[in-house]
Order: sequence, then structure tokens, then C-alpha cells
Amino acid sequence: MIKLEPRGERSKAMAYASPVFAFLLTVLTGVILFSSLGINPWHALVTLFYTPISDVYGLTELAVKATPILICAIGLSVVFKAQIWNIGAEGQLLMGALTGGVVALQLIDAEGFWVLPLVMISGVLGGMLWSGIAAFLKVHFNSNEILTTIMMNYIALNILLWGVHGPLKDPQGFNFPESAMFGDSALMPILIEGTRVHFGLALALLAVVAIWVLMSHSFIGFQIRVIGMDHGAARLSGFKGKHLTYLTMLISGGLAGLAGISEVAGPIGQLIPSVSPGYGYAAIIVAFLGRLNPFGIVLATFLMGLLYMGGEMAQIELGLPLALTNLFQGMLLFYLLACDVFINFRLRWSGPRKPASALRTEG
Amino acid sequence: MNRRHFNKLLAGIATGALAATFSISSAFAADPLKVGFVYVGPIGDHGWSYQHDQGRLSAEEYFGDKIETTYVENVAEGADAERVIRNLAKSGHELIFTTSFGFMNPTLKVAKQFPKVKFEHATGYKLSKNMGTYVSKTFEGRYVAGYVAAEMTETNKIGYIASFPIPEVIRDINTVQLALNKYNPEAELKIIWVNSWFDPGKEADAANAMMDQGVDVILQHTDSPAAMQAAERRGKYAVGQASDMSSFGPNAHLLSVIDEWSPHYIHQIQAVMDGTWESKAMVEGMKEGAIVVPSFNSAIPADVVANAEQIIADIKSGSLYPWVGPLKDNKGELKVAEGVALTFHELEQMDWYVEGINAEIPK
Repeated sequence: MIKLEPRGERSKAMAYASPVFAFLLTVLTGVILFSSLGINPWHALVTLFYTPISDVYGLTELAVKATPILICAIGLSVVFKAQIWNIGAEGQLLMGALTGGVVALQLIDAEGFWVLPLVMISGVLGGMLWSGIAAFLKVHFNSNEILTTIMMNYIALNILLWGVHGPLKDPQGFNFPESAMFGDSALMPILIEGTRVHFGLALALLAVVAIWVLMSHSFIGFQIRVIGMDHGAARLSGFKGKHLTYLTMLISGGLAGLAGISEVAGPIGQLIPSVSPGYGYAAIIVAFLGRLNPFGIVLATFLMGLLYMGGEMAQIELGLPLALTNLFQGMLLFYLLACDVFINFRLRWSGPRKPASALRTEG
Repeated sequence: MNRRHFNKLLAGIATGALAATFSISSAFAADPLKVGFVYVGPIGDHGWSYQHDQGRLSAEEYFGDKIETTYVENVAEGADAERVIRNLAKSGHELIFTTSFGFMNPTLKVAKQFPKVKFEHATGYKLSKNMGTYVSKTFEGRYVAGYVAAEMTETNKIGYIASFPIPEVIRDINTVQLALNKYNPEAELKIIWVNSWFDPGKEADAANAMMDQGVDVILQHTDSPAAMQAAERRGKYAVGQASDMSSFGPNAHLLSVIDEWSPHYIHQIQAVMDGTWESKAMVEGMKEGAIVVPSFNSAIPADVVANAEQIIADIKSGSLYPWVGPLKDNKGELKVAEGVALTFHELEQMDWYVEGINAEIPK
């Protein structure tokens, strides 16, 4: 009989190994899946994970795809560390895109270095406003932030839809539901000539470093971690839980808003109904896959971005349906959660036999 | 065939060793033309993308192993579209159809980067040397539907579920009103905007709201069969849109106006094979087999069916064209002078209702 037994102490090794195991198990399941579909599994894996980035253009596209996910996920890592479950990055992203976009649309003919920063800041504020409402509800009415943030995702989406179908419509756009193109001074500068890699990537990497400093090298970061580990202890130490709730929610919301405005002022260039194909949700998976660690999140983001692009490639090269992408993302999260059990638990043979240490590799 | 191989070889030498090996090997085996399709929805939507995919399948059946088709479904009209189209072009597709309005700017961008590849964009208005457009004259079918509705209504109230107030939709509403003006001036059109191309819930609500007001024939410019099903439940009539919806309401279904893309796809693929393809704005209707009314409900009296078929024949022969003046707008202002026929280009910019419509276009 195999039995789960508490380890007593978190296994640090397992905490790092778990995402790797999850990835390997996903690949293994993929191999079985492809074989049973009669597709050469090696060819399929190459198509999924290598073909999309087999040239410079592919690599730069990965960076474009990763930018919004990375910004959202790095923000979520802060709030999740405090054990506050902000599921609303998607809505905060859309609000950031909307508020920043509205400002950009007022400044279509404006020129000057100040236009883009103003647009960006408006986007950040839009995201902060949206997460701030959820924080307010949590602090003052003890509302469950999982529910409020999820619900506010839908509200944000519908406000955006109302905007692009109504007052924000391009007056010269034949009534099509999209805004006018932003003016040049409101658009993100391109970092690498001839590609779509834009300034948002630099902001994303900056955010990663900033969050790392905040969480690992500041007293506030220490407070956030303590409050996440033991709320009671944090209170006894005099940490202000309410302030930290606001702070973490505003950081994650502001960054999600930044992701949104980077996307519309970056590769899209206008407000459209489909700003995000679910970056805010993908970022949740990424944050956990990266162990809420800034550098882990960078790796996880690129893996997730690669999965999206690989899914497109699989349709082109192998004729596999889009569902494959969702399947792989789902498997990755599923295996990660399963493997994470072994951070706090280990497997033991019950009964007379001696515990076999080899079983650890089961994870 | 020889000429094509020669062209291929040239292209191969130009684009590098990989392509060259491909065309040399193709000298031995019959070399299929690779054709790519980009869909905005899932192929299972039973509406817009489904019909395009049916067209793709017909082309595959028609050409057999002379072509190889690839589709990418559910492509967001945001930052992802450009990459998908580019990857199709890069992977050796020589003709690429992008089937939604939102793909216009991304298609144009990629077309500039791949001058040897042919692109066709559905429903847009931008052309380039290697990018053409295609669109069908849905209003022709709408006129037939308007006539049948005019004859079949008993309450003289006809419902119209509309998607977005873009020129194409307004033009089609107007065309129905023109048919009503001619065949049953007593009948009144009731329009509900659902602001979506595909939202079964809203479409069903709209259908029920109309029937509560006494509407007994429902037309729609949205893609789901929800209104058809609602009409079937309440013993009223409805007209199917885009695909054959008779199975969703055997009694309610008067007729369906089908977007038949097969002839266009087959014709254009052949043109690329023959080297006669050229970039142009193609407008196709009943004459070209792009708009089809395959069947009529047996509840429609024989003389009405005969008249409807006569209308179809007249539209095909060109002797009937609804958009000839004198035409007034619904405020009484003369918009088209006597004897003047509106061109398709003018119809594409329509932003006024014709005489008889008791409503305002939402702004």
C-alpha cells in the first residue's frame, strides 16, 4: 500500500523540481496522445516547442507574445504571496487598455514625448482602479476577492465592448466596432527594427527586477511574505493587513493595467473588442508554474507563450485543432498541482516493508 | 503544370536551399498547391467560419491531391493574426484566405513582406498587388427573403435581428424594406440590434421579444440558429442565415440564404494554378453561385415559390436590381435620383434607412 505522509517541513528541492516534473509529465502525456492519433510524437513535439522559435522572427514573436503575460504574472506573484487570490488580472488588463486607450484617442494629433507616458500611466491607473475596488470590498466588507475579481472581469469586458461599439468607435470606420488607430506619439517604440518587439518588453523586464527587489530585499516584501504564511503572526508583529491588502492588490492591478495598455499601444495600435485572448488567466498559471519567483515566472512565461505559438504551428503543420493548446495548458497546470502535493507530503509504503527512497522520484 | 514548376524552382532558388530541395523533389511527385485559411471562429460555429470551412472542404474534394489545405481556427483579430498569417506564408502556402474583416490590416502587412504569395481577404476594402478581396452580395438573398416574408406574414409585422450597424447590415435591412415596399407596403419591419454576430442567448431573447409584439416572420443578420428554434417553438416563421438552418426548425424554416464560398475558392485556386490570378475586389452573388437559396418550406403556396424563383432568376440575369432610384430615405429626402443605380461600392458605405423603416440607426 502506498500512502501519503506529511513531510513536516516543505521540501525545497521538490518545490523547484515540481514544475520540471509537471512539464515532463505533460510532454509524456503528449507523446501518448500523439502516438494514439497516429502522429509521429517527435515531429509533433518539435512542431510545438521548437518550430515556432526556430528563427529570429519566431524568437522576437515569442517576446511579443510573452510581454503581456509576463507583466500580469509578475504582478500576480506579489498578491498571491500574500495569499490574496486576485483572479481578476484579465479585467484589470482590459481596464488598463480601455483607460489608456481613451487617453490615447484624445491625443491622436498630439505630438511630444509626454504623450506615451501619459497614456501608460492612465493604463496603470485603470488597472489599479479595478483591483482597488476589489481590495476595498475585501477590506471593508470582507468580500471574497476570488468572486469579486472574477465578476469584475466580465464587467470590464462589457465596458470595453460598450466603448468600442459606442462612443469610442472610429468616426471614419463605417461603424465597425473598433476605435481609430492611435497617433504615432502614443505608440510604443519598437525595440528591434523590423520586428514587433516593443518597449513593453523592457517594461516587463524592469517590472521583474523591481518586484524581485521589493519581495526579497525590502521590509514591505518581508511583511507581504509573512502575512501570506501566517496571518495571525503578521498581526501580532503589528503589520497592517489592510494596508498590505490594498498595496498588493494595487501593485498587481496596476501591472495588469500596464500589460493592457502595452498591448493596445503596442502590436494592436487601437482599441478593438478582442484585446486579450485570456492573458490575465494564462498569467495565473504562469505565476504558479514559476513558483511565484520572479525568475521562475520569466521562464514559465516563455513556456506559456511558446505553447500558444506551438498551438498555431500544430494547426498549420499537423492539422491538429486549436483545442490542443488548451489541452496542453490544462495538463501543465493539472500536473503541477498534482506534483505540488509532494512539496508537503511524501509517499510511503505502509506495512512492514521499509520505505523505499526511490519512491521520491514518483513525484 | 510545367510553368508552375518552373516558377516554383525560381522561387526556390530565390528563397534559399530549403525551398529549392522542396521544388526539386516536387519534380518527381505531383506537387500540391498549398492553400491556407484563417478563421475568426471555431469551425463548429455553424455559421460564418463553418461555411468558409465547407468551402475549403469542397475545394479539397474538387482538386483532390492537387492541393493541400491548412486552416487555423479561432484566430483573435488582435495581435495574433499577423503571426498566424505570416507563419502560413512562411510554411510554403501560396494562396491564403483570411476570412474576417478584422484580419484586414494584418493581411496587408504580411502581403507586403511576401510578394510571391497571394492573399485574399474577405469583406475588407484594402487591396495591394498580391492581396485581393472578396465579398458576396448577401442583399440579393435578402430581397428574396423579403418577398417571401411579405407574402407569408399575417400580422404584417416582420422582425429583423441585426448584428452591428455597419453599412453591410444596414444595406441588407434596407433591401428587405425595398421588397416590402413593393410587395406588401402594409408590412412593418421591427429591428432589434444584438451587437454580436453570434450570441444564441441574445438572439433568442430578441426573437421572443419580437413575437411578443406580434411579429410572425423573423429575419436575421446574425449567425446562430437560436431565432429559428424560438420561432419553431412558438409556431412562427423564420429565415435562415449563412448556413442551411432547416434542421433547427422544420416547420418554422421558410428558406435559408446561404453563403456558398466553394465556387469562389475553387475558381481562385484554379487561377493560381493557371497563373492567371490577379489582385482585385471580387463581388459575387447569385449569378456566381455565391448566394444560394436551396429550398423552400412546403407551407409556402406554390405561386409564391414560383414568384420567388422568378425573382432569383431575374437577379441572376440582371434584369432585377433593387437599388435603382428613385429612392428616398426614411425622412423623405431623395437619396437616389430616378433611373440611377447604386454601385456596389456605394452600397458598401450605406448609412441611411430607406423610406418605410420606422426607426433610427444607432450611433
